[in-house]
Amino acid sequence: MNELVEALGTAAMMIAKFDAELIEIVGLSLRVSLTAVALAAIIGLPLGAAIALFRFAGRGALVVVLNALMGLPPVVVGLVVYLLLSRSGPFGVFGLLFSPTAMIIAQCVLVTPIIAALTRQVIEDLWQEYAEQLRSLGAGPGRAILTLLWDGRFSLVTAVLAGFGRASAEVGAVMIVGGNIDHVTRVMTTAIALEVSKGDLALALGLGIVLLAITTLINGAAVLIKHTAERRYAQPALLGA
Amino acid sequence: MLSRRCSAREPMTAPDSILPLELRDVCYDAGGRRLIKNVSCRFSHGARSVVVGPNGAGKSLLLRLCHGLLTPTSGEIVWHGARGRNPAPRQAMVFQRPVMLRRSVAANVDYALKLKGVARGDRRARVDEALTRTGLHRLAGTQARVLSIGEQQKLALARVWALGPELLFLDEPTASLDPAATHEIEELIQGLHAAGTRIILTTHDLAQARRIADEVIFIHRGRLVEQAPAESFFERPREALAGAFLRGELLWWDDDDEADSARRASRDDPRTLH
Amino acid sequence: MKTLWRLAVALVALVATSAAAEAPFITVASTTSTKNSGLYDHLLPKFTAATGIEVRVVAVGTGQAIRVARNGDADVLLVHHTASEEKFVADGFGVERFDVMYNDFVIVGPADDRANVRGMEDAAAAFGRIAESRSIFVSRGDDSGTHKKELGVWRAAGVDAVSASGQWYRETGAGMGATLNTAAGMNAYTLTDRGSWLKFANKGELEMLVAGDGRLFNQYGVILVDAVRHGHVKSALGQRFIDWLLSDAGQAAIDAYTIDGEQAFFANARDGAK
Repeated sequence: MNELVEALGTAAMMIAKFDAELIEIVGLSLRVSLTAVALAAIIGLPLGAAIALFRFAGRGALVVVLNALMGLPPVVVGLVVYLLLSRSGPFGVFGLLFSPTAMIIAQCVLVTPIIAALTRQVIEDLWQEYAEQLRSLGAGPGRAILTLLWDGRFSLVTAVLAGFGRASAEVGAVMIVGGNIDHVTRVMTTAIALEVSKGDLALALGLGIVLLAITTLINGAAVLIKHTAERRYAQPALLGA
Repeated sequence: MLSRRCSAREPMTAPDSILPLELRDVCYDAGGRRLIKNVSCRFSHGARSVVVGPNGAGKSLLLRLCHGLLTPTSGEIVWHGARGRNPAPRQAMVFQRPVMLRRSVAANVDYALKLKGVARGDRRARVDEALTRTGLHRLAGTQARVLSIGEQQKLALARVWALGPELLFLDEPTASLDPAATHEIEELIQGLHAAGTRIILTTHDLAQARRIADEVIFIHRGRLVEQAPAESFFERPREALAGAFLRGELLWWDDDDEADSARRASRDDPRTLH
Repeated sequence: MKTLWRLAVALVALVATSAAAEAPFITVASTTSTKNSGLYDHLLPKFTAATGIEVRVVAVGTGQAIRVARNGDADVLLVHHTASEEKFVADGFGVERFDVMYNDFVIVGPADDRANVRGMEDAAAAFGRIAESRSIFVSRGDDSGTHKKELGVWRAAGVDAVSASGQWYRETGAGMGATLNTAAGMNAYTLTDRGSWLKFANKGELEMLVAGDGRLFNQYGVILVDAVRHGHVKSALGQRFIDWLLSDAGQAAIDAYTIDGEQAFFANARDGAK
């Protein structure tokens, strides 16, 4: 209990002082996770929408696999990406290991299935409603995907936020592929892990509180944007008579 | 209202018209049942055709087959003598429940035009014209989904107006509307026809059929029972079934299972995008 | 569509810049215990100031550090298990092994010392008493230098501790820090290097109980990864680091590092080489 109180104090002080190291770590965390999520969205949104729209052999199995991949253990992803990026591995020539790039790649791999799976569900539900009308207007599959992604944007924002939550909270993947090197690959979660291993639990908890505060802020901002935009598009309960 | 409109729409009776539309022995199976049975008929220029029949007779299915949303199990759908030709941009459909995108009224119409490949400059003019024609101009910036269902259906017709198709299918367009809205929609339909669009409409409302039809097609249990000019159908129906229907004796579907299959089939098709 | 492409390009650029050229640096694979002692925070800035070369330390368990070096993912290996280090060189992955510094391991345990080992100078005998009293002992269990040292002491004591795994012998399979946290939480005995112990901030009720046995001697060695195996290894820069470590300046810096006023590491490179 003592640690918790001490931690709150530590967190407050770190934030108030604009502790330089803290800012560096937070900055890297945001850069890695936001980039990873953006890339994952670019891949996952159209991928999920395509799976929702098209019928092909093995589609059912693919959906099951995609949903299962949402639960990919970060440490396993880290291990696999490590093996791929290691100098002894297939992509070793790029020398990406122990760099922020490697961390972005690992988190992207982790988050893409989440975004794709959630998108698939959202778009599939939308397609039920829109299919006939869009086809009647002559929308081809590519056009339809873009239209549905835009029309479903509010639900999809939540999917992307879920991905961000996963990325910013995980430690297994970035620890292995990043190496937790000071000033280079140390992010909030690995810093917390380091402080725990040093026994400095109060500091670790303090960092944890800061991390939570940041993710809360980001989620809050996203929800705020969503609400303001949504009010413009509010639907009364007239449809579905 | 019924004025002829010379506007930014294509001429309706160009030599490359997609009509006449011919159905040759068309059958449609779904869920192990034959829902459309050997329907053959012909829609040529000019008339307003109304398809009537009891609930679940296959009216909606027939329209979707013609429009191209479903593919016949056997038989052919022939446009202007060319088998398998896709006349997609020249025909449009209005559904019982209007489906609008999450954007403004004007943007919904604009979307349809964009899909058709109309240049930006022309689009603006056509959207304005369509919204004015349907009385939605002052709602142009409003989000489409906050409109009442009657207004949304008018928006669907505004969309059609802007597209200027040669042939328009309407699947029970006023079934969800109150009498006032129904009246407005019917007026718009008449206006479209006056401007040159061929109308094929389904309804279970016989009064509406009487108001609109030049020609009536009576469907019963997936079979085309009678196709006749409106007057002769309503006054002197040839078929006994038709007579029974007009007297209100055929309102309920006898076989519930078939009705269910018909309804389900009209919603999902394993062959989706093409 | 276009904005999407531009966004994608911008992101790729962002990702690429994070891998772009920076100041010269080497990657050193080392262990968590060395890192957690704080030695690198004290030592490396001096090296960088003298040479302008940045040192990036990847601190993992000894086994993993050796693996990282074998794969060519590091330029220099600095761990504390002589036998493994010599094998590393013998197998052709390292150029040459040099002694750098030493410290020692200590046995820590609960203040009430159930096994009554406080002040003993024979580590094996102390382990024997711990086993007899079946007091809880937390082991690294991760094949690290510390772990191998610990197993060696159990052997000297003639005790098969591993067979009691899950009972009084608890294997965490984790780094020194996590193991110490576990020991503190369980109020148990464990073997730890002096550096980690002095720096550890969550001692709970644990105290240092046994030290000074020659068996607990902990030698650190440094090896340059062989560029013949992995062409990309920064041999020149890596060699400069090793040279500095073994030089008077480096060795003095090592000796100068204290934790709470106590010297944590003792430089012992002989004659600056071999």
